[in-house]
Amino acid sequence: MKHIELSRRHILGAGAALAATGLAGCAGMGGGGPSIGKVVVVGGGFAGTTAAKYLRMWGGNVDVTLVERGDAFVSCPISNLVLGGHKQMTDITVPYSGLDKHGVKRVKGEVTAIDAQAKRVRLADGTQLPYDRVVVAPGIDFMPEQIGGLQAALDSGQVLHSWKAGPQTVALRKQLTDMADGGVVAVSIPKVPYRCPPGPYERACMIAGYLKTAKPKSKLLVLDANPEIQSKKALFEKAFADHYKGILEYRPNAELKEVAGGGKVAKLEFEDVRADVLNVIPPQRAGDLARTAGLVNINNRWAGVNWLTMESTAVPGVHVLGDATFPAPAMPKSGHMANQHAKVAAAAIIQLLKGEAVNTAPVVMNTCYSFVTARDVVHVASVHQYDAADKTFKAVPGSGGVSAAANQVEGRYALAWAQNIWADMLA
Amino acid sequence: MLHVSRLAAVLLAAAAPLALAQDANLGRNLAATCANCHGTAGRAQGDMKPLAGMAAEKSLAMLADFKSGAQPASIMHQIVKGYTDAQLKAIADYFAAQPAK
Repeated sequence: MKHIELSRRHILGAGAALAATGLAGCAGMGGGGPSIGKVVVVGGGFAGTTAAKYLRMWGGNVDVTLVERGDAFVSCPISNLVLGGHKQMTDITVPYSGLDKHGVKRVKGEVTAIDAQAKRVRLADGTQLPYDRVVVAPGIDFMPEQIGGLQAALDSGQVLHSWKAGPQTVALRKQLTDMADGGVVAVSIPKVPYRCPPGPYERACMIAGYLKTAKPKSKLLVLDANPEIQSKKALFEKAFADHYKGILEYRPNAELKEVAGGGKVAKLEFEDVRADVLNVIPPQRAGDLARTAGLVNINNRWAGVNWLTMESTAVPGVHVLGDATFPAPAMPKSGHMANQHAKVAAAAIIQLLKGEAVNTAPVVMNTCYSFVTARDVVHVASVHQYDAADKTFKAVPGSGGVSAAANQVEGRYALAWAQNIWADMLA
Repeated sequence: MLHVSRLAAVLLAAAAPLALAQDANLGRNLAATCANCHGTAGRAQGDMKPLAGMAAEKSLAMLADFKSGAQPASIMHQIVKGYTDAQLKAIADYFAAQPAK
């Protein structure tokens, strides 16, 4: 231990000396020495914001620029509560300005290309940002071409996905409140893998809860392309039966084939379902930038990564985080996991910039809370340790699990989780 | 073993030994897996338990009780089983060294 303290002191001393002679990096770097490298982070979601903050917090003198096209972070987790009428958009919106005190430089803009040869990120307005390493956290984009008529229905706003929180959340809430009592709402769930495995079932509970209170003659059809509920199955089945009997009808193996009738008809394999509000969660793939940057190398959908560093297995120097990655076994696409990816990447990038060996035993974990009523919540949790032999994360046998039953204590924890993870990213 | 200790001696002699640098970040990296709920560096907000500044013996006793089931929990009894005792010790030591505010 003494040796470490000595070498730390040595490094700090060296930094102070450089600062005194005017050789330190730019003002506000806060690292007490010259920059050890430039990192550009693309995407201000759960992964990108965490990476930017932790690179600065842990790296000190790493030059970090976050590029994001939106004005503020809007959280998908808790957004189903907005649909249910229990939360407002302001409750799930967090400004990016909290990153300023960490010395993260922020650029608002749209990244159009990553030139891995020249090590430059290009923006739509022509700006070019040089990097030593780049972090790409583009989340997901949709594959509407897999469902007939869906692209046009989404473009016209007749059908909403609301699977990226923001204006789509507001618009779906409005469709629900505008609907007359006695109407039919249908939610279409794509085959796995998709972002947030329990999310569609939480959404079903929130919509059904709203109908139960405000429009009790209405119905909710849950059209699941999968053969069964994909997460917390028994807990959601119980919630459907206990709270939403007669309102919510769950249909497995109900894959959406086509959207017709001005966005009011969901065509399944053997029947047509008419709905006043049709919410289609489309099939998903890695976000557009992962594709244009050549990072998509698995199933033509996802970006493969080296789990020790989160570096792309397709393009050197590019680290891919979050939902865009091809996951390790039993690893969910979740905001929580994206935040964990970011910490593995931040630690590794700092070591790579310094020419040090990277951590060979990273750990990530996931916690996901779902509201089944406005107050009752169920969780699923897992812990994943890196397996050196198989070069992937593996869920630890005997760890993790789900709630014994829906409960209000976890209702409080769920909101505290959101408060703390948003702060971990952005405060 | 002789080979290993010779290597260790060489590393110790170096100005910035890689193996030690890695060990120095072990607790930090592991503790960061707790931050989603318990706050950055254990400085939690709202209804979550803050861990920053908590004596390591206290956290370790709590974690052991979660692991054994002596302390009922909503979720920690499941999460704690994903970490080795050595990892829990590194996490507890890290949080103990963090300022509470």
